[in-house]
Amino acid sequence: MLDNPLVLAALAGGGVALAAAVLGCFVVWRRMAYYGDATAHAALLGVALSLGFSVSIFGGVLVVSIMVALLVTLLTRRGQGMDTVLGVLAHAGLAFGLVAVSLLPEGSIDLHDYLTGNIMSVDAGDLWVIWGGVFLVLGLVAWRWQGLLTSTLDNDLALASGINPKREQLILTLALALVVAVAIKVVGVLLIASLLIIPAAAARPLTRSPETMVALSAVIGVGSALGGLRLSMAFDTPAGATIVCVAVVLFILSQIARLPASR
Amino acid sequence: MSLIEIRNLNVRFGGHDVLQDVDFSLEKGEIVTIVGPNGSGKTSLLRVLVGALKPTDGTIKRAKNLKIGYVPQKLTLDPTLPLTVRRFLDLPRRNKAADVREALLRTGVADLADRQMSQLSGGQAQRVMLARATLGQPDVLMLDEPTQGLDQPGSAAFYTLIEDLRRDIGCAVVMISHELHVVMSASDRVICLNGHICCQGAPETVTSAPEYRALFGTGTHGALAIYRHEHNHETCDHDHLEEHESEERSHVG
Repeated sequence: MLDNPLVLAALAGGGVALAAAVLGCFVVWRRMAYYGDATAHAALLGVALSLGFSVSIFGGVLVVSIMVALLVTLLTRRGQGMDTVLGVLAHAGLAFGLVAVSLLPEGSIDLHDYLTGNIMSVDAGDLWVIWGGVFLVLGLVAWRWQGLLTSTLDNDLALASGINPKREQLILTLALALVVAVAIKVVGVLLIASLLIIPAAAARPLTRSPETMVALSAVIGVGSALGGLRLSMAFDTPAGATIVCVAVVLFILSQIARLPASR
Repeated sequence: MSLIEIRNLNVRFGGHDVLQDVDFSLEKGEIVTIVGPNGSGKTSLLRVLVGALKPTDGTIKRAKNLKIGYVPQKLTLDPTLPLTVRRFLDLPRRNKAADVREALLRTGVADLADRQMSQLSGGQAQRVMLARATLGQPDVLMLDEPTQGLDQPGSAAFYTLIEDLRRDIGCAVVMISHELHVVMSASDRVICLNGHICCQGAPETVTSAPEYRALFGTGTHGALAIYRHEHNHETCDHDHLEEHESEERSHVG
């Protein structure tokens, strides 16, 4: 079964979409949307460095994503605005990534694969890495669920209950880096942030509790991945972009169908 | 022994002294109110007591297994997070359904259990946060300007509620307030703060202390401050409160 590229693609896309959709709820709640962008763009630099130093792309992207997280923390503590810091880092990552890629020997990387992903190139080994990452992310979120929610609500409320919001933030940041690292081959750096934000945003108007929002977001994310994959086969369109298009359509439908009392 | 004991507390932000040499202790079951002008360190002191702010210097001793119920000044509820009142009371620890119901009944908002937090009015949100703070048998309730944005009858009812809660649960209460006249009747002890403790004691003692009068005025001047306060709460949108307070301060101080 795992030698059929279509099955591999479906398992990879479904897994990445699942982890991204769950984590994406926190990204939306905490207004970290550009955080996903910054980490994702910086991932390109990670790809170039991995190829340059001949280490695994997953590892390289993970390290660069974590470095971005630390830089964000450092710079915001020095009084820069969060949106400014993220804007600087997102474009810095993209620019340095593009420059680094151009320094690699000719033909060692197809840039297009990493900008928009190449889900059909996923092999069984990738699948293990992806699902390993997915379970780790879901496990982290489930384990820290109450603490994450409380510190998302209010820092002082969390502190007064003996929860350290900085630790919860760190857990989210690490999980985000992990999702970006496993998603890069599937949807590419340009579209990762959309898998984080769109399913969660589509789930919001139809839900009344954090738990149902996460569950619905997961369903929408996985549904978009599988549906998009199928449509991209049928119409011979790029898989990553088609997946995002399906998610956007679901987002529009949910805005129309919003619960009357959910706002 | 005391529930909380603070010695030589100092808090500095960016080279600026917010609190200097503050000694404070809290006894079982007493209601302590902290008053003081804007920027006098009231919220910083409360955040230190709650454990949300690490002091620059000084010692804090808390009774073993001290349970604090905290009501922040205002919860900025992001509408992107769907959250019912019922679910909010289960953060961070889940509680029995019966306990949650009782807590909501105690603060008079049992009918709001299924409402979304982001849809509550200011007064409703305060009562819901108070209900949450009473869960799990707290030894002390800590409230940061709990009646901010409530009208006169609303804040009077809120203070009555706090006294009732103290009686029912047997907890101590520490709160910050701007409403001097209400505070005086509802507190066992008043602390007048302005970077350091100016004066403290029973409400009658404090109102006659020269340090207090220097801060809040006396006679007609003080009455004017109180009158202006009432006027403000009845007619003004609470968004304007900060502005009004600085204006008031220049009047009084």
